[in-house]
Amino acid sequence: MKRFAFAVVTAALVLGAVDIARAQEAETPKPPHQQWSFEGVFGTYDQAALQRGFQVYKEVCSACHPVKHLYFRDLTEIGYSEDQVKGIAAQYQVQDGPNDQGDMYQRPAKPSDPIPGPFANDQAARAAENGALPPDLSLIVKERDGGPDYVYAILNGFKDPPADFKMQPNMHYNEYFPGHQIAMPPPLTADGQVQYADGTKSTIPQMAHDVTTFLAWASEPNLDERHRMGAKVILFLVIAAGVFYAAKRRVWADLHGHGGGGHGQAATQAGEDD
Amino acid sequence: MPVTGTGRTSRIIRWIDHRLPFVAMVEHELYEYPTPRNLNYWWNFGSLAGIILVIMIVSGIVLAMYYTPNATMAFDSVERIMRDVNYGWLIRYIHMNGASMFFMIVYIHLFRGLYYGSYKYPRELLWMLGVVILLLMMATAFMGYVLPWGQMSFWGATVITNLFSAIPVFGSKIVTLLWGGFTVGNPTLNRFFSLHYLLPFVIVAVVGLHLIALHTHGSNNPLGIDSKGPQDSIPFHPYYTVKDMFGLMVFLIFFSIFVFYLPNFLGDPQNYIPANPLQTPPDIVPEWYFLPFYAILRSMTFNVLGIPSKLIGVMLMFSSIIVLFFLPWLDTSRVRSAMFRPVYRWFFWLLVIDVLTLGYVGAHPPQGMIVVIGQCATAYYFFHFLIMFPLVGKLERPRPLPTSIGAAVLGPAAAGGGN
Repeated sequence: MKRFAFAVVTAALVLGAVDIARAQEAETPKPPHQQWSFEGVFGTYDQAALQRGFQVYKEVCSACHPVKHLYFRDLTEIGYSEDQVKGIAAQYQVQDGPNDQGDMYQRPAKPSDPIPGPFANDQAARAAENGALPPDLSLIVKERDGGPDYVYAILNGFKDPPADFKMQPNMHYNEYFPGHQIAMPPPLTADGQVQYADGTKSTIPQMAHDVTTFLAWASEPNLDERHRMGAKVILFLVIAAGVFYAAKRRVWADLHGHGGGGHGQAATQAGEDD
Repeated sequence: MPVTGTGRTSRIIRWIDHRLPFVAMVEHELYEYPTPRNLNYWWNFGSLAGIILVIMIVSGIVLAMYYTPNATMAFDSVERIMRDVNYGWLIRYIHMNGASMFFMIVYIHLFRGLYYGSYKYPRELLWMLGVVILLLMMATAFMGYVLPWGQMSFWGATVITNLFSAIPVFGSKIVTLLWGGFTVGNPTLNRFFSLHYLLPFVIVAVVGLHLIALHTHGSNNPLGIDSKGPQDSIPFHPYYTVKDMFGLMVFLIFFSIFVFYLPNFLGDPQNYIPANPLQTPPDIVPEWYFLPFYAILRSMTFNVLGIPSKLIGVMLMFSSIIVLFFLPWLDTSRVRSAMFRPVYRWFFWLLVIDVLTLGYVGAHPPQGMIVVIGQCATAYYFFHFLIMFPLVGKLERPRPLPTSIGAAVLGPAAAGGGN
């Protein structure tokens, strides 16, 4: 058992080294940790927060940022009914075709369509945004060190630059952005910017928290199912391990000198630890 | 004693065995294959490696049914697997974390061999085939990591393929061949996909040879002494099959924690950003299992005798594995197990610490002390294999070996069973 413990410690050291390495790479302050409903072994997404977050995305973020990997149909997973999703989709116009005449045409979006982004292509986005390209948000929580904490910190991290800090034109000072100069203007500017359908008070931290929850879901929509399945799989494996351990003891019991004492010194050293 | 020849009565099996003695062979290798009775849990990792190889191949074949090896579609096709394929997220997370598990298992397996001297006569070829498997695994893992076509995929591929440009005369030609063009691009992705699908089956073939070599002389054991008769060994089945099954369950629990609760812990978040040839990530870091080798590669910061540091770094990195091929002859001690080698035992743990240090160095930007630590650790690595092994084997006075496995395990039992 001692050796096993050693192996565990060694593994922890290796993983720790990787972790320390990651932490040190950031020159900017580490985003403070927030409470998230989807954290931990039994974490699940807070459905109300997801819907509020979608509202913030739709009314604020979607002016510049696409969520390329999301389809309207995915919204049924955050608690909207199929009719509601149809209604949401119908608010958007998408291009389809070619039709029988060979022409492309516009039609209202359907649940099976991807959620259209604000710009036709990256060049159009840059042209509209002073040369900056607003990143796709559908994986933003997974693709940044710090995950949801980072996204939340950025949304709340806008400040006046220190007196001696030289800002480039069209840039904004953000405490948590690497290099502190971010092209994105503060997106959440005033309490009540979004009128929540469920009556929740839309303070800036509340909106930031909700939209981050929504974006975490957009990055990892299968988290709830993954957590549930994991608990079952591990429970099964623990029982199976117990059964096999008992079987192993039974099978090995008929070998002389096993289990009932009589271990030679050398055998103990050889790691006969069962 | 286990039941032997269960299927022998069946006429069909007898008919087949008469023409193709497959069942007889399996029975022989499983029921009659004599295995030292004193194997400890470190011996579980061999069968675990075989099982994770199968898990990787099966999950990989399923992923390949949905994956699109095209530079403009690869990233999105992986996201489609994660979102729209039934249990696609599960299969992909198994495959992704399975690579880490595979390396973890194989590294433990390798260090077990180092500790108990499993590479010595008559198992030299067994060991060398293992090193071949490790090399094939590295190539496979590297090319597999390129397939999602994220930022680290792209830039990792760029850095690693560029290493070959250090080779004199043919360097740039080799790099062009690897790329299928003049930069990492769609042809690179296509050939990496093709090879990533091919190499695991080559690994299976070499594992087959590894097993043939293993079964020729049987497993080494913690005492490192040969079996001297039936009292020293037990049939593989059921003793080690049941022990391996228990070990497998424990391993699967560990694996599941990563798959279900920390699926992206071992990976780099930047690989969820689509590859962008115009934007270099701030730090290009390989997956954890390559970090020690990455540290050795970067340890050369100066030219030696007019040989450019890059070329030496590349040579050192490859040598760090090639040196393992020569280990059976570099180690001059005739005693296998470190249990009876009081001096070597210390050096063994030094090597463990050294490799962990190299991993730590590999994860950090090469600045300041990190560079010096990396150079010292690299120097120790080669000292360990090239100087320590031959020297300690000659100078060390090993402790007396037990007369037999049976005597060591059962010996005092006859005298005093009451402790």
